[in-house]
Amino acid sequence: MLRFLLVRLFRAALTVALVVTFAFVVLRMSGDPALIIMSVDAPPEAIAAFRKAWGLDDPIWLQYLRYFSAIGQGELGQSMRDGRPAMQLVLERIPATLALTLPALALKLGIGIPAGIYAALHRDSLMDRIVMVTAVAGFTVPSFVLGLVLVLVFSVQLGWLPSGGQESWRHAILPVLTLGIGGAAVLARFTRSAMLEVLGQSYIRTASAKGVPWPRVVRGHALPNAAVPTVTVVGFMVGSLIAGAVVVESVFSWPGVGRLLVVAVANRDLAVVQCILLLVAMTMVSANLIVDLLYGVLDPRLRSGAKAGAH
Amino acid sequence: MTGLTSRETSPLVAIRDLAVSFDGVKVLHGIDLAIHRGEAVGLVGESGCGKSVTWLAALGLLPKKATISGSVMLDGGELIGAAPATLDSVRGGRIAMIFQDPASALNPVIKLGRQVGEALALHGGLSGKAIRAEAKRLFDLVGIPDAARRLDAFPHELSGGQNQRVMIAMALAGKPDILVADEPTTALDATIQAQILELLTRIRRETNMALVLISHDLGVISETCDRVCVMYAGRIIETAASEALFAQPLHPYTQGLLAALPPLEGVRRRLVPVEGNVPEPWNLPPGCSFAPRCPRRVEACAMRVPLLAPKTADRRAACIMTPSLAQPQHRPEPVYA
Ligand SMILES: Nc1ncnc2c1ncn2[C@@H]1O[C@H](COP(=O)(O)OP(=O)(O)O)[C@@H](O)[C@H]1O
Ligand code: SF4
Ligand SMILES: [Mg+2]
Repeated sequence: MLRFLLVRLFRAALTVALVVTFAFVVLRMSGDPALIIMSVDAPPEAIAAFRKAWGLDDPIWLQYLRYFSAIGQGELGQSMRDGRPAMQLVLERIPATLALTLPALALKLGIGIPAGIYAALHRDSLMDRIVMVTAVAGFTVPSFVLGLVLVLVFSVQLGWLPSGGQESWRHAILPVLTLGIGGAAVLARFTRSAMLEVLGQSYIRTASAKGVPWPRVVRGHALPNAAVPTVTVVGFMVGSLIAGAVVVESVFSWPGVGRLLVVAVANRDLAVVQCILLLVAMTMVSANLIVDLLYGVLDPRLRSGAKAGAH
Repeated sequence: MTGLTSRETSPLVAIRDLAVSFDGVKVLHGIDLAIHRGEAVGLVGESGCGKSVTWLAALGLLPKKATISGSVMLDGGELIGAAPATLDSVRGGRIAMIFQDPASALNPVIKLGRQVGEALALHGGLSGKAIRAEAKRLFDLVGIPDAARRLDAFPHELSGGQNQRVMIAMALAGKPDILVADEPTTALDATIQAQILELLTRIRRETNMALVLISHDLGVISETCDRVCVMYAGRIIETAASEALFAQPLHPYTQGLLAALPPLEGVRRRLVPVEGNVPEPWNLPPGCSFAPRCPRRVEACAMRVPLLAPKTADRRAACIMTPSLAQPQHRPEPVYA
């Protein structure tokens, strides 16, 4: 178990390091930082001084190491636009984003999983068909289209809800729905197929054959097995808590991390972009780590990492 | 108990005219079969003949799309169409069933002790510490080494043979009157196969539990069973006491199966498998289903399905070309296969 944990931790750290390296390479490839920061018509002496001050004339590996250690210490540079630390700027936006993505996650889990289980247990019933058609629709319609449709219906036509902004909780309803419906659809489909796969297994028949009542077969034998693949999708959803709302925040003018990213990219505010990139990577990696650990809890075959792989 | 005397007492399970269809295709064409207390009955036939479906139907374990007709009486109670609660108490409590591939028949994420314990709680009314103690006793009984530690193991940590022993322990947990073992050794290698059969025989002797052994291998059946039913394309086509069947198979299909068996002693003999394949259920030939493969086929064979008719006092075969060896006694009652 300890070995399993260490391997997973090492992998997580490696992933973050790769993302940091990737950010470094992209930053360097996107142009001379001096020219980007200083503007093209700055006097050559000023640029030279800048290069010296920031160590841009040093060999690339030294710059890389320096960059790495700076990030290690949480120094992610300043925003070009208002000179404040990029990190602070990004952190300020997180609560707004979570205000959308957390309720949306609850919606996805609360609707997607039960709907998927129900559909699998009543395969080919009318309810199964309805769930599947809805799921396919929710899955295929892009979120900005869904968002616009919701705005058209509930804001423009019915006038029940505001179409954008962040003044009250009512402003959050449409963006949360937009995020949640698509995710619930994905999760419903996934849960349904995981459940169907498990229900067809021989051990389910064994449980019935020894006299376990059907509801208990479902709860005690099918669900714990179906949870294993489902956890992957849920983990991915948890991992996108920070970055999963870019489109929706834009559609609903919601001042979260996603909107900040769009604006920063448009302005080539590299420090901010890089900071968001790192943050997203960290969330993804942490979610992945949790998923890996959960696998170990849910499925004993995966617990002894190397051993299970050898079979 | 011999095949003959067992028929005089009323059977424990009486299957009458059991038929099963999937999506309108009949795969089981009316099976009559009786199992008496303590006897060992073999169900043999090539894969796809309906051996498993017979018992899955009896226990209500087929998927919903299956259409079932006929009757399965257990001690005078009807199982076909019985309430879920009734079936739940019969399954594992009166009739236990174990399956072919023990590795996939056990739940991969639940400890073995708990899987066996679940049956003990359901049928033995045990709880808490008593469950664990009884589970350990069962593990010892079926010959699992280091039983106490194995209770906390998962299926993937045991070999196929050990897992099949766990399945047997689990089946014994409810002290059933009948154990239906569906190809219990097919997924295991030869030495383990012999051990498992020996275990089943020993347990049957010790508990007086009836055994229904399903196999495509006549050799497996011959060592274990008193009586054999040979199935072909969803019907029982021959039934007899084991020795009689092996000494003199009546039905051409049974003869083919026997000829395909490797010899018991060192004499080298060419294996002659029955040529051709079992017809698909949706594509049965007219009349006798075995006709396309039958060396003794005549024109009349395609006319109608031959009945499972008495050929001697205690054997029956479904073949128009098999003469009756002796005049059967008149029987007013329905006779089970
Ligand atoms: N769940 C099912 N759905 C459709 N057909 C089935 C199902 N189970 C069994 N059958 C069909 O019923 C016939 C008998 O199967 P089975 O009883 O499993 O044969 P066996 O004698 O090998 O145990 C086969 O033709 C098989 O394809
Ligand atoms: S009835 Fe005819 S085809 Fe069928 S087994 Fe007998 S001889 Fe062969
Ligand atoms: Mg079978």
